[in-house]
Amino acid sequence: MVLSEQDCQLIAAIQGGLPLVRHPYAEVGKQIGWSEDQVVTRIGEMQQSGIIKRFGVIVRHHELGYTANAMVVWNVPDQRLDVVGEALAEQACVTLCYQRVRRLPEWPYNLFSMIHGRSQGRVTAQVEQLVDELELGDLPHEILFSGQRFKQRGARYQ
Amino acid sequence: MDDIDRSIINNLQGGFPICDHPYAVVAEQLGIDEADLHNRLQQMLEKKQLSRFGPMYHAERLGGGLSLCAMRVPEADFERVTEQVNAFPEVAHNYARDHEFSMWFVLGTETPERVEETCQEIEKATGYKVYNMPKKQEFFVGLKFEV
Repeated sequence: MVLSEQDCQLIAAIQGGLPLVRHPYAEVGKQIGWSEDQVVTRIGEMQQSGIIKRFGVIVRHHELGYTANAMVVWNVPDQRLDVVGEALAEQACVTLCYQRVRRLPEWPYNLFSMIHGRSQGRVTAQVEQLVDELELGDLPHEILFSGQRFKQRGARYQ
Repeated sequence: MDDIDRSIINNLQGGFPICDHPYAVVAEQLGIDEADLHNRLQQMLEKKQLSRFGPMYHAERLGGGLSLCAMRVPEADFERVTEQVNAFPEVAHNYARDHEFSMWFVLGTETPERVEETCQEIEKATGYKVYNMPKKQEFFVGLKFEV
């Protein structure tokens, strides 16, 4: 999908959130000189093409009581990566799962999974259970709990 | 936060309708009226339980760059480096983590090339090495965050 300059205006107009009014897309259209129909059609196309991953509530885990935010990192041999990645992603407690570039020698881990929980103890127990059930005991891994959060905003475009 | 608020969060993480009056459609599904839905969303935004209500973009498909970066910053220097790193507009969020790799931040840049450039600028400003760890593959987890 090729984006026009007007598309970029649309992207910028809604990135901070959709107005809480009866006809939100008409409201957005007013800001950029489009009709409601044009906005509705174009947002639909952006969803279809995957430019918009999802559309809805973007939650803040911490404020919802999920204060133990753990990044669990694994060193997985390449030939096992897809199987382990898919198995972790299926677990109810895993909210993100990515393969990332290793930075050897200091950073050997290539699979990153995010677990949000209500306490560090519960997250640690969940990780132990995952290791057990998915037979990951031979894979080096570490749990990195978050301390203070210094900055959180969505990425901004334009 | 009551059951209806929870239901809004659990059911509205994706799939918001794209039509003339989308809030009315969702309100009907939830069994509340549209004004009530507006109020509840507004309240959750004000309480910062929601960071926003709207689209989540796929940065790479917008032509931008996105990456997770880490630094090994000793505690004594942490405050200074945090200020320097957060001053970069490309830094989307920044977490301290309990590890030798103590600072973790996401870079969202207008072009893919800007990721590496920003890393170098941060190294220069702070004096610490930036470990850039771009994504190679995403495993689909679905929308399952529940309250």
